[in-house]
Amino acid sequence: MTTQATTQKRYWWQTLKGREALAGYIGISPWLLGFLLWGVGPMLLSAYYSLTEYNILSPPQFRGLDNYIKMATRDKLLLQSLRVTAIYALVTVPLGVMVGYGLALLLNQKTKGLSFWRTGFYLPAVVPGVATAYLFAYVFAHQYGLADSILQTIGVSQPPNWFGSTKWALPTLMILSLWGAGGGLILYLASLQGVPTALYDAAKVDGASAWQQLWNVTLPMTSPVILFTLIMGIINSFQVFTSAFIITDGGPVNSTLFYVLYLYRKGWQQLEMGYAAGLAWILFIIILALTILVLRTSSRYVYYEGE
Amino acid sequence: MTNHAADKRGWIAGQQSSITNRLLWRGLLYLLLTLGLALFLLPMVWLVSGSLKPDGQVFTIPPTFIPRPIVWSNYPQALNKFPFWVSLKNTMTIVIGVLLGRVLTASLVAYSFARLRFPGRSVLFVIVLSTMMIPYHVVLIPQYLIFRNLNWLNTALPIIVPNWFGGGAFFIFMMRQFFMSLNQEIDEAARIDGCGFFSVFWRVILPQSLPALGALSIFTFMGEWNDFFAPLIYLNTEDKMTLAVAIRTWQFDTNTTYQAATWPELMVMSTILTIPPVLVFFFLQRYFIQGVVVTGVKG
Repeated sequence: MTTQATTQKRYWWQTLKGREALAGYIGISPWLLGFLLWGVGPMLLSAYYSLTEYNILSPPQFRGLDNYIKMATRDKLLLQSLRVTAIYALVTVPLGVMVGYGLALLLNQKTKGLSFWRTGFYLPAVVPGVATAYLFAYVFAHQYGLADSILQTIGVSQPPNWFGSTKWALPTLMILSLWGAGGGLILYLASLQGVPTALYDAAKVDGASAWQQLWNVTLPMTSPVILFTLIMGIINSFQVFTSAFIITDGGPVNSTLFYVLYLYRKGWQQLEMGYAAGLAWILFIIILALTILVLRTSSRYVYYEGE
Repeated sequence: MTNHAADKRGWIAGQQSSITNRLLWRGLLYLLLTLGLALFLLPMVWLVSGSLKPDGQVFTIPPTFIPRPIVWSNYPQALNKFPFWVSLKNTMTIVIGVLLGRVLTASLVAYSFARLRFPGRSVLFVIVLSTMMIPYHVVLIPQYLIFRNLNWLNTALPIIVPNWFGGGAFFIFMMRQFFMSLNQEIDEAARIDGCGFFSVFWRVILPQSLPALGALSIFTFMGEWNDFFAPLIYLNTEDKMTLAVAIRTWQFDTNTTYQAATWPELMVMSTILTIPPVLVFFFLQRYFIQGVVVTGVKG
């Protein structure tokens, strides 16, 4: 009897390995299902919609590449939104990294009261986007806001009309973004504290100045984290919406028409869902291309331990 | 002899100047930090001060930071004019709904990736990571249309339900990183004692994971509390809106239900909206920082 039981054919899920694999598949099944339902499925649908004219109310009409041809040739607002978003990203992403990293360097000088400073500088980054938007609309209100009030007190007779002028609206939104630059602080500090002190000791023995230590030890050792925040910064800055939507609604004269704001208008205000789906795909391709570009070029200046 | 003494004097002078240098540098450092922090916190002071000003004194030259008189009644007045409690309830419904889904499914998926061996595991995990690259807006339009067909528009479901499917790649990654750092011998011992894979997860892994679950909860709370885009798209009537979108609707409200907001009232609502995330950050900073570091530095 016993011999018969042991020689009986066992299915793969009855073996120890098989049971573990089965448990594994069951364990990841929520994600797998979600990936198909909310990820792959919608992406395929979105690719299809981008080839149609679709106003939600009547079924989508297949139009081939019409939407994309229109984007490439006749859509001046798209061009404007790309310009606004690119300028914004080009200024705020590097500046944001520099401000955050600079603060982290200052706090990493065996500074007294580290957690106090860290909390203080990080604080603006936890303020909700909506509150930040109203606060900045209030601070930069024309003539009577805090900024203009200070400028007039110190004798500037014609202070800028920040959010109300085509020249200043975008730069003022950049200031708003830099206010949250302390958001990178925690990561930078953690990576700075992870640099082995032996490297600094060796550099001192070799007579390296503080500047040389920063340039040849600190920066290379923390470069992976800088790269990470750079990529996240690019991805985020291409998805700016809340502040522009609430404060300027893209104006004046489209000077703050960010890409996602334009997408929102097309999709939910003008009900051109097919066109908006195409815009979303272009956004995806831009973000993907930029990330690949940053990663490709990064091997030149990012140092990974153990390589 | 004289030579030697001169050397020594020179050495002492050098030491002294390096001490003064250091003191100077320290002084400069703290001066810079203080000025920087003042600049960063100035808008927040202005926010609170604006929320306590009489409507007529909102804008003055030169600026006044301490309102005279301090109008505490701005707060009850704004809370009465604004559908605060309903919006708060809607916001918390979403926070809790998303949180439950994430705690249960993100940790289960992460456990499977961290501890169980199955064919295709590493390929699938790379796919999980690569989905972090997909901007929300690409899947937004079809998702919106799907939820529209399900008749879920103007409910919290489109925001909550997708988070019951693993809770998002970022959180799966975060939990997996944490599980990998746990001692594997304990769960092997539990296995030998006859625990199944899922009871190991439930009885051995999860109880050890409170710090990671804390970080997950904080990120979820902040993310959903602050979210603007999804509620803007999915919630259309004031009885369904979260705080963030309700404030924006209130700003423009011209119908008779609620009077449109004044500046001090907008600052009141912005202050109230800001307080919970700030408190969470103050008191749960340790978990917050750990979560950021685990996903950022080791990732």
